[in-house]
Amino acid sequence: MFRHRSDLPLGHDTTSHFLPGMVGAMVFLAAIALAGAMVLQMVMDRWQRDVSGTLTVQVMPVTGEPARAATETGRRVDAAVEVLLATPGVGAARPLDQQQIAELLEPWLGSREVLVDLPVPRLIDVTIRPGFSVDLVALGSRLTAVAPGTSLDDHQVWLSKLVRLGHGLELLALAVVGLVAAAMAATVVYATRTGLAVHRPVIEVLHLIGAQDDYIARQFAHRSLVLGLRGGLVGLALAGPVLGGIGWLTARMEGALVPDFSLGPLHWAALAALPVAAGYLAMLTARITVHRTLARMP
Amino acid sequence: MREIATENDSVVRFESVGLRYGQGPEILQDITFALPPGSFHFLTGPSGAGKSSLLSLMYVAQRPSRGMVALFGRDVSAARRKSLPAIRRRLGVVFQEFRLLDHLSTLDNVALPLRVAGVSEDEIKKHVPELLAWVGLANHLHSKPPTLSGGQKQRVAIARAVINRPELLLADEPTGNVDDRIAMRLLHLFVELNKLGTTVVIATHNDRLVRRFRFPRMHLEFGQLAFFEPSGDSDTLEEG
Repeated sequence: MFRHRSDLPLGHDTTSHFLPGMVGAMVFLAAIALAGAMVLQMVMDRWQRDVSGTLTVQVMPVTGEPARAATETGRRVDAAVEVLLATPGVGAARPLDQQQIAELLEPWLGSREVLVDLPVPRLIDVTIRPGFSVDLVALGSRLTAVAPGTSLDDHQVWLSKLVRLGHGLELLALAVVGLVAAAMAATVVYATRTGLAVHRPVIEVLHLIGAQDDYIARQFAHRSLVLGLRGGLVGLALAGPVLGGIGWLTARMEGALVPDFSLGPLHWAALAALPVAAGYLAMLTARITVHRTLARMP
Repeated sequence: MREIATENDSVVRFESVGLRYGQGPEILQDITFALPPGSFHFLTGPSGAGKSSLLSLMYVAQRPSRGMVALFGRDVSAARRKSLPAIRRRLGVVFQEFRLLDHLSTLDNVALPLRVAGVSEDEIKKHVPELLAWVGLANHLHSKPPTLSGGQKQRVAIARAVINRPELLLADEPTGNVDDRIAMRLLHLFVELNKLGTTVVIATHNDRLVRRFRFPRMHLEFGQLAFFEPSGDSDTLEEG
């Protein structure tokens, strides 16, 4: 890869063997962390997209003799829908029927037969037109006037908690990528300093025949670029099947609790850039290290 | 690096230079001299007199403990590291222990000063084999130093020192490992370079060469430097 003439025998160094392995392991970890951050970002975007622009109105059931209570509850729901549809900005107000409510509650309360006898609140799914905002306080007052005990949920409370958690996890994942990069840079610094010490006699000769520090630094930098790229490609080659496997497993799981782990082309492109980033980080680190170390020489 | 006023624009100028290693005694004391451009000097003296140290001050491998060393009219005693490569590219040095790079071929070793100076590969492929043929190593272009004899290594070292037509050539025992015939041939190479304008200083123990090639002699002993004019067996002493 990248045949390049070098005056320093860097190809025979021990670092040539361990550096690609270290970089490979780090790129593997960085790829997993970066993929995690990207999936979290996707999930949060989807939540916000799904939830923003919607409201849920909860009409409390009327208690008493079952037939009358059901009728009265139905009347309140209709009245609430009327209020909602009369509100500027409201695009649609769709009451959920008993069967849909039972489906929602089934995972927590068991069979639907039990639910028939329970006084469960009625829900109205409200869609707000794009670009409109609704005065929730005023709407709430109007709703309670026609249907006492009615509450309004714009999902912001739980959404903000979820988004905060998601952002926290995303930052954590990015911090892992940063830590991996820092650890890799430290490894390259160590490897470069070792190389400088090992090849000091050769470097002295190069200096004595007029080589500038950058002439030597370029040779170390090129070697580090090659080793970093090589290790990065190995790390990515290992991470690819792992991420693909996780995506396949999550796709097979039912329910909305596990986020969809399938990455898009842009995400894969970002992951594919990791070996290049690793190579350039190694190159830059080596170059700076050589300059700093040589500047301290007499 | 400051410009200094020099007599006759000396290539090398030492003023009251002293050199000691660590806390040891001064091995060079109050050395003062100036070498004009195009001059040729032998540097003689017993083993351990400090010939290699004096040369190393000239190729700025170390700095003097006191005094001033100037090369090409520029004070290098306290010059910044960054300014040294430009000075060193005007020098050619034959080190006593050759200091060839064992992992590089003969051709690549000799090409080093050109590559460091950014000379094109075409030029290198043209000039380096030519010079190696001249020093009798045409059949060893791709040999590596560990496979060469002492004399062959020495010739590679000399070829590396002269490949970039240096303005100042410093050679530390350049004929120490070769027979008289090769020694004469190498000395003729130095003389030819000198005729082209290169200032030459050759440290040697070889009295026959010093007598044969009638050039002035710098003699170093007990840390002091003295100059002798060439006059066959009856050298005359000049103040250093």
